[in-house]
Amino acid sequence: MLKKRILAVLTVKDGLVVQSIGFKKYLPVGKPEIAVDFLNRWGVDEIAINVIDASRRGRVERELLERVSEFCFVPLTYGGGIRSVEDMKELVQAGADKIMLNSLFRQSPEMVSEGARHFGNQAMVVSIDCVKTPQGYRAWDHLSRKALQESPVEHVKRAEACGAGEIFLNSVDEDGRGRGYDLELAREVAQAATVPVILCGGVGHASDIAAGLAVKNVAAAAVGNFFHYTEHSVTLAKAFLKAGGIPLRLDTYFNYAESKFDGEGRLVKKPDHALKEMLFEFHPMEKI
Amino acid sequence: MKSASPPQIAIVEYGMGNVRSVQNALEKLGSRAVITADPAALAAADGLVLPGVGAFGLAMENLRGRGLVECLNRQVLEREQPILGICLGMQLFAERSFEMGEYEGLGWIPGRVEKIDSLSRLQVPHVGWNETTPGAENPLYRNIPADSHFYFDHSYHFACEPGFTASTVSYGHDLVAAVRKKNIFGVQFHPEKSQSAGLRILRNYLNFVGGGC
Repeated sequence: MLKKRILAVLTVKDGLVVQSIGFKKYLPVGKPEIAVDFLNRWGVDEIAINVIDASRRGRVERELLERVSEFCFVPLTYGGGIRSVEDMKELVQAGADKIMLNSLFRQSPEMVSEGARHFGNQAMVVSIDCVKTPQGYRAWDHLSRKALQESPVEHVKRAEACGAGEIFLNSVDEDGRGRGYDLELAREVAQAATVPVILCGGVGHASDIAAGLAVKNVAAAAVGNFFHYTEHSVTLAKAFLKAGGIPLRLDTYFNYAESKFDGEGRLVKKPDHALKEMLFEFHPMEKI
Repeated sequence: MKSASPPQIAIVEYGMGNVRSVQNALEKLGSRAVITADPAALAAADGLVLPGVGAFGLAMENLRGRGLVECLNRQVLEREQPILGICLGMQLFAERSFEMGEYEGLGWIPGRVEKIDSLSRLQVPHVGWNETTPGAENPLYRNIPADSHFYFDHSYHFACEPGFTASTVSYGHDLVAAVRKKNIFGVQFHPEKSQSAGLRILRNYLNFVGGGC
């Protein structure tokens, strides 16, 4: 059976992974290659790298992608600063499996079809940032920092018609807030989309991921900040979700299958005697 | 532990997709992997990998344009050099494909490439992690835990003759996930993008290339 996917999003600014809050505040996390290496070991299903200052610099971060792809044995998506099919070619050569377009789709939608012709529809992801306005949800332009006329659903329909293989749906309001995904937005878009929809923005607890994946037609949950601050964050979240009956891949060497979680998905401390026993357990490195 | 030098792998470069990931994965496993379209370099390798993402017609055109079809036929069919096809690379082993037209393939394994039947009301493409069911003894599946997941990303599938199916994946119907015919191996999923389970598949291929078992 096909599983729901858990993506890690690395927001990169000035060459560093950052924590992003509300699309305007950024706190440094660390080197992208180190984050990618750990996320891989912890069993993430996919990684998306979003270079937020690439548009302003006017170039794609090829070297960065080459560096991280060495540690990445799951699908890798790159977004940021893409202006042409030549850029896309360069990125695919550097190790990208999928290309994520945001402002380029708004400026020249034909670039999605153009990219799909070269790399297939499955390689083209259109990312849409959304805000809630008194008139309902609206797509948002991060360059002008303004809401657009178009609704998210209209935006998605247009992206699909151009050949987008997946939709990456981001909530500007919930970004970095840790209050959970904007589920109303998710429902609105997932219902209308015919290609897989990836939710992003707002996860503060593993239970928020469960709520997002429970929305009909949502194929994947993307997580940014929440994965950066705990050891084995991905594995723990997956173990909690799997225990809750969500079909997921949990193939890691360590899987927390025996562990207990609280309602929000936090690991419950084992009794002292159990921890004492674990002190002397030997776990060799996995050999392949 | 065998002390013999690790097998040398040549990854066929023909302008289709992310070959660097395949090289990264093989090098992580300690093998030497070169990306090349040079017939001499392909012939000199212990084993070949034919990767590929994109459209079937364009892929065959690129292989022909680089004069690689004769070279691959000679190496794989006559000299029985091992080859592993990945995703589109595996589909190219078919006799023909119906992806956006009708195209002739390499014709090494009887069967044709067809669109995944969306009558089953499932989303096409088939994107994400899924389990496979291996058939009888297959060197690629040694030491692979039964519940391992692999990363799939495809809209077309290889409907090959049952005798050559090495494993299947369930997506509405049972689709071919891996094929084998003597020295010819193919997988529909991306082992280079399927973490530990995928690396194990590549390890098994390297063992086959190195030891011929």
